[in-house]
Amino acid sequence: MQEFLEFTLGGIATGMIYAAIALSLVLIWRGTRILNYSQGGMAMFTTYVAWLVIQHTGSYWAGFAVALAAGLVLGSVLEFAVVRPTENKAPLNAVIVTIGLLILLEGLAGIIYGGQYRSFPAAFSIKGLKAGSVGLGISPNDVFTAAAVLGAAVILALVFRYTSVGLRLRATAFAPAVARLLGVRIGRVLTLGWALAGLFGALAGVLVTSSTFLYPNSMDSIFVLGFTAAVIGGLDSPVGAVVGGIVLGVVLSYAGGYLGSNLVLVYGLAALVLVLMIRPTGLFSSGVTRRV
Amino acid sequence: MTLARHLGAALVIAVIVVLLSIQLSAYRDYQLAEVAAYLVAVAGLTVLIGLSGQISIGNGAFMAVGGYASALLLTHLGWNLVLILLASVVVAAAAGAIFGVAAARLRGPYLAGATLMLAVALPTVADQFQHQLGGDQGLSVAITPPGFLGGSFPPTRWQAWVTCAAALITLILLANLNRSRVGRSWRAVRDDEIAASLSGLNVARLKVLAFIISAACAGLGGALLAVVTGIVAPGAYTLTLSIALLTAAVLGGLGTLPGALWGSLVLVLVPTYLTNVGSSHGLSSAASSSVPIAAYGVILIVVMLVFPSGIQGGLRRLFGSATPMPPVLSRRRIPFTALRRPAPGRENQEEGPS
Amino acid sequence: MPDAAALTIEDLVAGYGQVTVLQEVTLAARPGTITAVLGANGAGKTTLLRTISGLVKPRAGRILVDGIDLARRRPEDITRAGVAHVPEGQGVVTELTIEENLRLGGLIRSGGAARSAALADAYQRFPLLAERKRRLAGTLSGGERQILVIARALMAAPRVLLLDEPSLGLAPRMVTQVMDLVRRLRDDAGLTVLLVEQNARSALAIADHGLVLNLGKVVAAADAATLSADVALRRHYLGF
Repeated sequence: MQEFLEFTLGGIATGMIYAAIALSLVLIWRGTRILNYSQGGMAMFTTYVAWLVIQHTGSYWAGFAVALAAGLVLGSVLEFAVVRPTENKAPLNAVIVTIGLLILLEGLAGIIYGGQYRSFPAAFSIKGLKAGSVGLGISPNDVFTAAAVLGAAVILALVFRYTSVGLRLRATAFAPAVARLLGVRIGRVLTLGWALAGLFGALAGVLVTSSTFLYPNSMDSIFVLGFTAAVIGGLDSPVGAVVGGIVLGVVLSYAGGYLGSNLVLVYGLAALVLVLMIRPTGLFSSGVTRRV
Repeated sequence: MTLARHLGAALVIAVIVVLLSIQLSAYRDYQLAEVAAYLVAVAGLTVLIGLSGQISIGNGAFMAVGGYASALLLTHLGWNLVLILLASVVVAAAAGAIFGVAAARLRGPYLAGATLMLAVALPTVADQFQHQLGGDQGLSVAITPPGFLGGSFPPTRWQAWVTCAAALITLILLANLNRSRVGRSWRAVRDDEIAASLSGLNVARLKVLAFIISAACAGLGGALLAVVTGIVAPGAYTLTLSIALLTAAVLGGLGTLPGALWGSLVLVLVPTYLTNVGSSHGLSSAASSSVPIAAYGVILIVVMLVFPSGIQGGLRRLFGSATPMPPVLSRRRIPFTALRRPAPGRENQEEGPS
Repeated sequence: MPDAAALTIEDLVAGYGQVTVLQEVTLAARPGTITAVLGANGAGKTTLLRTISGLVKPRAGRILVDGIDLARRRPEDITRAGVAHVPEGQGVVTELTIEENLRLGGLIRSGGAARSAALADAYQRFPLLAERKRRLAGTLSGGERQILVIARALMAAPRVLLLDEPSLGLAPRMVTQVMDLVRRLRDDAGLTVLLVEQNARSALAIADHGLVLNLGKVVAAADAATLSADVALRRHYLGF
């Protein structure tokens, strides 16, 4: 029973990381119908930036803030410089371009920082929390991780719902042509979407890397699990992304806990294939029919 | 008759390869064998993308399947080389079928994402089965030239022969497939899935078939590469390998078999060169080995944005037969559906993933 | 005197791909008038509006709004220059609430005060929308959606309103209401309206001028009464 509690709470904490990646994917998918395969690479790269800042300043929070800012900048620059030119081309162009971005970022990280594994500090203690004498399976840092992603997601939801920027973002996602006719500058909105995605990716990167290592491929597995979470959530829905992340985190935590943790990615792959076979539009999609 | 023409051309090429391999140094023979092994895998991928319109970022995983299958068969059963190669094709095709059936319903982003996950997840299996698969160390694949060639026959020359023969056979089969009814059906599906299914084509089955064929090619390529390098280990089958295959297919020109050759040549020759350039500019060995990886990224982006028809497209233009762009890349993505003249009552429908 | 026109189109040529739809279309609409654009299916009426609003890039010709050439500008910039296009098929954003749809229309107004005032204005003019402002726009009926998209276009305080088949698919009672609304927009707000209609009779009933397109060419342009009286023209092109 205690194991079950530990696996559940631990799964939720990890799931919030997947949720952050899933949110970053959804933000771009909604506006552009592009799946950003470079999201993991972007998150890895901004985490290196954070690492560098922490090395120089000794302050975790300086690195944290710079990483988020770097995510915003990287997202908007990539959208403008590389993705925008694929706008009027076949869908495959955009797919291949974002794969190219992924491998380019990984190669650049290798050139600049070398290939070795580096440890990345945690914001708070990573000692397990206890309720009385019962271990909870999560640390204060895990709590911070979950709270940070949840907080960012709530802020995003509020911005979406109550600001004119959010209205522009939503209108562009639902009906870009109508938005244009109403004077919304679609290009800027799409750039903003990428910037926000970069921010969420960067957040996931700094949060997850404290419990793994930092190296050029370090976000690959996190990315594919985040993608799985986004698919579970339906790719279109920010709420679905968060729920999908938590569901996947908990399921994989049970699978890893009871079956052994070496094959977590294989379980994740099985989950992805299963979801795609049963409900290709995701478990939480709003029921908007997709042309097959 | 095209089959006869293909066979004739293959015979000529085979003779050239044999003569060439005798002239070349052992190292060049080794590179020749590598090119041929990659060519098999890249050819399968370029057919998948260029003809059937599906994309895989996970064909490195099927190379792993083929490589490990051949290593296991060699170690445990001691089969002869031809049988081993055939068996690894079958095993990889089966893996491709299992995955392909699941993937057939998936379009663009879903399929690519699922294959990406396959590429990331599969190497972890080797860790789980330390005893059977050798963990990080991997398994060795020791193939010696057959006795009738004499004891002093250079193994690299033998490897070059084997891989080039396999590559030629693969290319002939793919070229014929391309011209067959199946090839035409693939193109129909690629150009307009709905129209293809309305005209009676079984779209799902055609897509699975393309996926299986590309997996089988990757499996054969993986087995050949295992023979050439003498080892299979998870470190060789990373996501980077899968993306390298994609880079070769894209750079050569999607959907063209000669393009697969150009791409494979680049894949074998250029990384060594770039790594040397890196280290001669004072980069550490880890850093300079990342130079080719970054280069793949640059190639993918630049080709897609600037000359999407790749090297083969460029050559064709140079020699007069104008093929402007691989058809798979010539349709426009129209993210804003309603910018087209809207049909009444459907104006807000989101475009499905494509 | 052409300078007095709010919207002037000179020798406009436009089309899709290989197909040329508009062939040297010319028109001038004076401020505060309704110009009905009539013609059979495929005459180029919708393309004309889409070209004015920038959704279709013109190949030649000029589109002057208050003397400024807007041809070849992006749709969002043309909207910002004071041209509101209400496309055929309504185009409400069904996933947004009615209020959000309206606010979306007012985003190009600068300043929160102007936006709130426009919103209050819209609710005063269309009490129906005020009652349901928190509901998703997808819950509205066809006629109500038409009112919403017109109200949304007005949020931007345009000087020129392009209306594409506002009566399409509406019940006769709703058609009358919508046409009344268009008339009031001219009379009360002084809007210049370009009204594309299949329903030539009800369009000419409220229009000041009419323009008949056939195969992308202007075959007749006169005041509404003259067009209505031309029996041959009516029989040939207008079907009533």
